Amino acid sequence: MIIKGKIHKFGDNINTDEIIPAPYLVTTDIKELGKHCMYGIDSSFITKVRESDIIVAGRNFGCGSSREHAPLAIQGCGVALVIAQSFARIFYRNCVNVGLPILISDEIYKSIKPDDVLEADLSKGEIKNITQNKIFQVSAFPSLLQEIIEAGGLMKWYLLNKFET
Amino acid sequence: MTITEKILAFHSGQKEVKPGQFILADVDIALGNDITAPLAIQEIEKLGKEALPYPEKVVLVADHFTPNKDKESANQCLKLKNFAKKFNVKNFFELGCGGIEHALLPEEGFIIPGQLIIGADSHTCSYGALGAFATGVGSTDLAFAMLSGKIWLKVPESIKFIYNGKLNNWVTSKDLILYTIGDIGVDGADYKAMEFEGEAIRKLSIDARLTMCNMAIEAGGKSGIIAPDEITIEYINQLPITNYQLPILKSDKDAKYAKTIEYDVSEIEPQVAFPHLPSNTKSVSQAGNIELDQVVIGSCTNGRLEDLRIAAEILKGKKVHPYTRTIIIPATQKIYLKALKEGLLEIFINAGAVVSPPTCGPCIGGHMGVLAKGEKCLATTNRNFVGRMGDSQSEVYLASPAVAAASAVKGKITHPEEIISG
Ligand code: SF4
Repeated sequence: MIIKGKIHKFGDNINTDEIIPAPYLVTTDIKELGKHCMYGIDSSFITKVRESDIIVAGRNFGCGSSREHAPLAIQGCGVALVIAQSFARIFYRNCVNVGLPILISDEIYKSIKPDDVLEADLSKGEIKNITQNKIFQVSAFPSLLQEIIEAGGLMKWYLLNKFET
Repeated sequence: MTITEKILAFHSGQKEVKPGQFILADVDIALGNDITAPLAIQEIEKLGKEALPYPEKVVLVADHFTPNKDKESANQCLKLKNFAKKFNVKNFFELGCGGIEHALLPEEGFIIPGQLIIGADSHTCSYGALGAFATGVGSTDLAFAMLSGKIWLKVPESIKFIYNGKLNNWVTSKDLILYTIGDIGVDGADYKAMEFEGEAIRKLSIDARLTMCNMAIEAGGKSGIIAPDEITIEYINQLPITNYQLPILKSDKDAKYAKTIEYDVSEIEPQVAFPHLPSNTKSVSQAGNIELDQVVIGSCTNGRLEDLRIAAEILKGKKVHPYTRTIIIPATQKIYLKALKEGLLEIFINAGAVVSPPTCGPCIGGHMGVLAKGEKCLATTNRNFVGRMGDSQSEVYLASPAVAAASAVKGKITHPEEIISG
């Protein structure tokens, strides 16, 4: 899977209230959630983001509540990949479960400039910074998670497996 | 192995597990609320399922925006009710029979030491207070657990926190956990199990332990846990549950920890976390002159009976400051009733505070006390992120019920000693 898009950079500890403020949690519609994505930190984000764009952030991205609305809002506004120095735990698992690709990289965060364009080859773990003409290698997912992501998320993985029910 | 590793090994049918290992574990209780369950329900309905294999393991609580604050939230709660009816989920707590989930589940006997609890709510980690492994997950995890009775987990490393010494006057478990988060930071325990130990912990009531484990997530923790002891057993034994076995659970002497951190609690004063991170803590005496527009005493962190008693002790015979709206929220219907019978509610009302029905309400900026632009609120809740309680230019300070009650009286952040001795 190849993802190519412009980056949007955020700092450390971006929390789920910033990604999707609580007053917008009254829906489960992903397009609707997408309309308020990042509203808590940058109310104009939604006017700048384009289909297939990439969020690059610092440490502990997605901390705070367990709301799956956060990765859904990110998907809903068109963002195809999130790269951060580290992710908060529940956010990380929610991304795996809904099939939003995420990558961990210190180097990308540190070297990225506003409006850079990245091209990510997820199966190879290879990220190209097209604007700066640099290539980065990131580590692959643990096998159980890889299996879930390859299935297209946790519910699809559920259907592929036989659980004793 | 640590207590956490033992519980995870048992629930994944293995003799031993190691940190970093991915497991598929059996779930004892799966919790969802009016925000997170609708997404899970949607997933289950998409698959065209007609029944759940273990409906008795599912608990659904309508607590976040209840009493329904608008049409949309009413709709979310209706989804819970319809699902509960159709899928025979008996443990559905509608407005009036429940309260805030993390106060409710222990009180109703859903949490037993040694169990594995998942909840589509980040503060599910609260239940570690009873010696269970409990962690917050997302809605898809909840759907998966409802359908399969299982959850995928990475076995966490543990950090041991030892609290030695005797607590100072007016220092509570809320102060211990705020102090700890201030020390290690909001990602200081990222992905890790926080194991709380030591003389000061052993003396804490279950109410107080729940407060402590509740905020493990605020340090990024996967879970918080306190090994069960006599206080735990006494608590479990007074609950209306039967047919359970209490395992003797504790970490082995040679268990491995990512690190061990020790505190001398006699050096800890009442704490307050300044905006906009729970780790932004100071001692109350160092807070300076922070005038408050609102005080909230409640939430899954500090809305239990012990919390209300402390608040009442301070508010008795006093009035809250005329410019400081004070909202007190008993966390569950049972707590509400006990507070009523003990005369606590009368003390609050006489003091000029308003007593709200059990709800998350202002904690999540939903309703029942949303802040205006520029307003400052001191709350006994667990998060003070930007806009958490209303306008993105409002501020939330976090503290214990004692500090909150004292601050309500003075209209600014205040040490309880100033009220009780002066
Ligand atoms: S009281 Fe606050 S933190 Fe607790 S469950 Fe409700 S919204 Fe979440």
